[in-house]
Order: sequence, then C-alpha cells, then structure tokens
Amino acid sequence: MTQHGQLASSHPISSIDPFSPEFLADPYPFHHELREAGAVVWLERYSTWTVARYDDVHRTLNDWQTFCSNRGVGMSDFAKEKPWRPPSLVLEKDPPDHDRTRSVLNKVLSPAVMKTLRERFARAAEAKADELIEIGEFDAIVELAQGFPLSVFPDAVGMRKDGREHLLPYAGAVFNAFGPDNDLRRNAIERAAPHISWIAEQCQRQNLALDGLGAKIFAAADAGEIAMEEAPVLVRSLLSAGLDTTVNGFGAAIFCLGRFPDQWAKLHANPSLARAAFEEGIRFESPVQTFFRTTTKPVSLGGVQMDEGSKVLMLLASANRDPRKWENPDSYDIERRTSGHVGFGSGIHICVGQLLARLEGEVMLSALASKVRSIEITGEPKRAFNNTLRGLESLPVAIKAK
Amino acid sequence: MPNITFLNPDGSRQTFYIAEGVSVMQGAVANGVGGIVGECGGNAMCATCHVYVDGSQVASFPPMSANEDALLDGTASDRKPNSRLSCQILVTEAVGGLVVELPERQI
Repeated sequence: MTQHGQLASSHPISSIDPFSPEFLADPYPFHHELREAGAVVWLERYSTWTVARYDDVHRTLNDWQTFCSNRGVGMSDFAKEKPWRPPSLVLEKDPPDHDRTRSVLNKVLSPAVMKTLRERFARAAEAKADELIEIGEFDAIVELAQGFPLSVFPDAVGMRKDGREHLLPYAGAVFNAFGPDNDLRRNAIERAAPHISWIAEQCQRQNLALDGLGAKIFAAADAGEIAMEEAPVLVRSLLSAGLDTTVNGFGAAIFCLGRFPDQWAKLHANPSLARAAFEEGIRFESPVQTFFRTTTKPVSLGGVQMDEGSKVLMLLASANRDPRKWENPDSYDIERRTSGHVGFGSGIHICVGQLLARLEGEVMLSALASKVRSIEITGEPKRAFNNTLRGLESLPVAIKAK
Repeated sequence: MPNITFLNPDGSRQTFYIAEGVSVMQGAVANGVGGIVGECGGNAMCATCHVYVDGSQVASFPPMSANEDALLDGTASDRKPNSRLSCQILVTEAVGGLVVELPERQI
C-alpha cells in the first residue's frame, strides 16, 4: 500500500512519470493509460494528482475558485517554495488581481488590433514562402516554424533588433521550469541568467518601439489601468509566452501536413482551410502539454477526495485526444470542428495571444498552400525535449513550387 | 427544449432545438452550423461567433459585458446595433424562438 498522506479513499495510483524522457518522447500510450485509470489519478512519483480526461481537464481549468493559479502553474508550490522568478501578473495570479492586468492584455491583443496587423503579416508570409521555395530543401523548424514568427512577432511587439537570440532560450527555460526538479529544469535554470537579464532590459519602456504592442501596455499604465512598475512584467508575458508556443504550433502543423499528404492535398486545393489546419495542429500535437493548478480547499472530483493545497496536473494534450470528446481523436483532420479544444487552455487563463498565433498560422499556411505543390519530409525528425512544450528540434523537408 | 433559428447570409434558415444551459454558440457548433466558428471555445476571446439578433428580441437580453462590447469592435463583418457574441447568449426558455442572423464572415 502506497503511503502518501491522503485519507483512505479509493482512487487509482500510477507510477507514471509525465516528465520522464520516455513520456516526453511518446506521451500517447501513457495518456491512454491515465485516462482509463480514472477521472483523477494519484502520481506517486511526485505526490500529485493528475486529470487526463477532457471533461475533468475542462472543469479544472474553468473553476479558478477551487483550482487556483497563484500558487504557481508548475509543480512548485509558491506557498512552500520561493518562485524561481517574480511570478507573472496574469498566468500566476487569480481574481481580482488577475482581471486588471488581464484586461490590459485582452485589449492589446484584441480582434480589432489583429485587423491592424493582418496585412503586414500576410506580406511577410508571402515573402517567407517565396524565400523557402527558392531554397527548396531546408529544416522546417529553423527556417519556417522559428523563421516566420521571428520575422513578425518581435517587430510587432516593438523589440530591439539586437539580442533576439535570447527569446527562445528564455521561453524554453520558463516552460521547463513548470516541471519537477529534473535535469531539464535544473539545466534550464542554470543557464537562464543571461537570458533573464536581456529580457528584463527589453521589457523597459525605452527599449520598446513607440508603435508596438509593448508600448500599448505602457500606455495602459499611463492611463492608470495598471501600475507603472507592472508594465514591464506584463511585457515579459508577451516575450515568454508569445514566441516559443507559436514556433511549436507551426512545427506541429508542418509535421502534420508532411506526415498526412491527404490533408496537405485538401489544404492545397482550398487555402481558405489554412486557419483550420493550424488550429487542428494545436489540438493534435498540443504544443503546451500540461499546466498545474493548486486546490484552495478540500474538493471531490470524479468521486476522489483531494486535500486543500494539492497540486493537480492537467494533461491538456490528453484531453485533446480523449475519445470521450473527439471522434477519431488520433487523426489529423483539417475539416474537424475543433471548437472547445484545450490547446490554448480554457477559462480565465486561456491563452491571451491565441488570436496572434492564429493570425500567424493562417497567413503563413495560406501562403504555402497557394504557392507550394508538395511538402515532403526528407529525413528523421528530431524531437526537442521540454517539461511543458512538445515540439521538434529539426524537421528536414523538401518543397516544390506550384 | 427552446428552439433557435439561424438565418444564413444566402437566405437559407436552420432551426434547432437546443438544451437549456448551453450557449447559442455551443448549440450551433454541436449542430454543425457552419456560419458560427467559436474558435476560442466560448471564452469571449475571439469574436468568431458573431450574430445579429432579431431587433425585437435584442432589447430583452441581459446587457453585454464591457469585454463583449470591446470584442464586437473587432468582428470580421460590420458591427451593427443588434450585434452580439453568441457564446454570451445562454439558452433558456426565455430565448425560445430566437432568430439570429449570421454575418457574411467570422474571420
């Protein structure tokens, strides 16, 4: 009998480690096992609960009163351990504090703002597609998944030209830090210092262009919506959550379209499916695999009693392939109705930059669909390992012009 | 179960009985109404479930939040005085018989 300090209630116990190299390399058999084990499963390796089914993940995401974020959305409990960096003013806050800062970001990244970016992004996507056709064979992760967001996002935020190479390692560290104290997390935090200091500099007003998204956050501080010292911390959220996630979203879409030529054929025949193809890639691969919450009170979920102060790991990627919710969940289908997937989360903390991600995805995939006849994977894809993010390090491809 | 009618831009109409307690957006998506996208899943984020509510009915609805109001400024098709986000309209007996017109575009 496993001792874990919980009252004797009957609940499934698992020895699975969701942050082990085996799990990160191929999470799907483990997701299946955890979904079948029960609504709530005790992970004895970490003394934490996990939810793997769609309904339970969705419920947890949508009940911030019971499953809070201000004790951290990683494994570390901020009530017991000092956070490795000053906590985010949105991701790691609950209402009422959360709502004030969140509403500023909602405005900065609103549908109306997206309209002002669309034309510029579409032109950049056309140029990127032409450039890739010219090269012919390339690494789709470096040239496309990283290359396109890097060509539009930092400029949209209004960042300095120098030092942008810090962005991806910084975000990688942030997402590794949500995991347990394993090699991935330790190595990332050990190497983070130069990235942290560059990011902190970049978040200052004088280092942001006057017409970018970053400047809009400072304008909200001028208007008294947030305190002036909060503005750089909110800009930091754009830098940490706005790039690596989209990179892995692109990686997912290209990896899918390369693996499933029938879906590429559909997209090629009808480029207006580009936005849906990107979205389905998010559901199918779930670039952000997991987040934690912490219980604010004793709670019963799926017949299992959890104590106050319990960490709960939400397997977003598993929810996005739960056959209880999705028909043929393991097939990538760009004509699927994906509304309700939790790849961007759900509830008050749902990804605030999702419209920007979709805009980037739509214009880039649309440009490729119109200009490119075929995408072929020409070498072994290499996986990138991160405690939270799922994606590839390299994906050799060859494309042919239409 | 309350019925909701969706009026497409081409003039065709579809009527569905939708369970109380879900949003008009969720009911539309579940019934395959193509003119409603609902990208964000009902979190009032994306403005892709935009509808025009029959003028005689719009006044009887609960007022919209400041957030919905702001989102409607970014809709792909023009905002009108009777514009609403269908993820913010909860299906109840009181909205039975509701007719919503779908815009030309959601994205």
